[in-house]
Amino acid sequence: MTTTIAEPTALPELSTDDLFRYSRHLILPEVGMEGQQKLKAARVLCVGTGGLGSPLTLYLAAAGIGTLGLVDFDVVDASNLQRQIIHSTKDIGRKKLDSAAEKLTALNPAINIVKHDVKLSSANALDIVKDYDIVADGTDNFPTRYLVNDACVLLGKPNAYGSIFRFEGQASVFATEAGPCYRCLYPEPPPPGLVPSCAEGGVLGILPGLVGVIQATEVIKLILGKGETLIGRLLLVDALNMRFRELKLRKNPECPVCGDHPSVTGLIDYQQFCGIVPEPTPPSSQEPVVKNGIPQLTVKELKRRIDAGEDAYIIDVREPYEYKIAHIGGKLIPQNEVPNRLAEIDRDREVIVQCKSGGRSQRIAEFLKQAGYPRVVNLAGGILAWSEEIDPSVPKY
Amino acid sequence: MTIFIPTPLRPYAGGRDAIEISAATIDEALQALTQSHPDLRKRLFTPEGKLRAFVNLYLNDEDVRYLPAKDASAVAAADTLSIIPSIAGGG
Repeated sequence: MTTTIAEPTALPELSTDDLFRYSRHLILPEVGMEGQQKLKAARVLCVGTGGLGSPLTLYLAAAGIGTLGLVDFDVVDASNLQRQIIHSTKDIGRKKLDSAAEKLTALNPAINIVKHDVKLSSANALDIVKDYDIVADGTDNFPTRYLVNDACVLLGKPNAYGSIFRFEGQASVFATEAGPCYRCLYPEPPPPGLVPSCAEGGVLGILPGLVGVIQATEVIKLILGKGETLIGRLLLVDALNMRFRELKLRKNPECPVCGDHPSVTGLIDYQQFCGIVPEPTPPSSQEPVVKNGIPQLTVKELKRRIDAGEDAYIIDVREPYEYKIAHIGGKLIPQNEVPNRLAEIDRDREVIVQCKSGGRSQRIAEFLKQAGYPRVVNLAGGILAWSEEIDPSVPKY
Repeated sequence: MTIFIPTPLRPYAGGRDAIEISAATIDEALQALTQSHPDLRKRLFTPEGKLRAFVNLYLNDEDVRYLPAKDASAVAAADTLSIIPSIAGGG
């Protein structure tokens, strides 16, 4: 089924430059002058200028979307450049928003770029989204995906959705009146930590390229009102085997946000919804921070102990390939093997659990505590913090 | 029938992306799958035996929740069952 966004009252004229720049669109029956004018009149909000946002915003700018809103609060780092192709090496350390805006303006100076230098939240989402016609979700975490979905449903804005994991992607269009929303498909998020982020799970660099352009395609089709969109369809991309599959998505009449009797009529606390307990504010004293009952050991304190010859019994719960890249002498027991290898973890010593950045190790530390280990601590910040604060010769990855 | 295993669950299915199972209904197929791969059971089902809310099941291209017989639906040898968990990566 095709669907269109509300037509603007008068379509903007195309300049002489526009006519030349978009000539390849103008000669397509599916676009033509009127289609290009619709693109020029359109206002699209792109949430995220990272993996998905890079190809998405570049192609929307190329297509002549009149107003492109960008939301991102992150800063470019070198590990982004494996896939976030809108940023360059010289942008490392710079705000992604500024880097992206600069490249998009260079590609197409005639379009209006609006920078939203904020972290999208329940406090600002409705206010930001209301000024746009369509939203393209290029975020990287569950709370924000539910936030974007709910804001779109509440405001009646279609959501061109894409998500990725390792080498698999999903794409669809949510939050149209007749179609399903994200919550129709996934009423509840997974418990925190069950589905790794790109930083923890890895991602094939090309994957957001594929999926981001699919999202851009859907945005353009929604604006033109042509072709068959992904409303009611979930496109599954398996880049490793280069297979594309499609599943039917239905609007759930009992959906709490878009169903017949919605119970969610305003934005909620999405961190809480996703089971993410807020970090306690670090105390100003030397008291150790405790998270979910697990004391957090700083890398500075670990270094002090090692130098003083005190016991430093480290269990490294990363994967073997990570250990090969860098390690700090811990005993390697990958996280999934811990439950079956408890006999190898001494109960008589204080166990320091360590991973890459402190996430996995926190969960394993909690597991060990539940398994009856009397003294367990989590190395806050993981090996990355060790490299950052103690020994820069330890490779970061 | 073939059960497609999504990437996040492949470590618990011996790394495989598809597993052949003989079964008469969806429920039977899932029981057979989790019996031969017990680590998968914890990820797919709650302790009470219900499919976790962030996992969807599709028989061919239809969401099992919307089938008249739901997971008691009969399956043929040529059918496929897809397990589709939510993923959020995008950065």
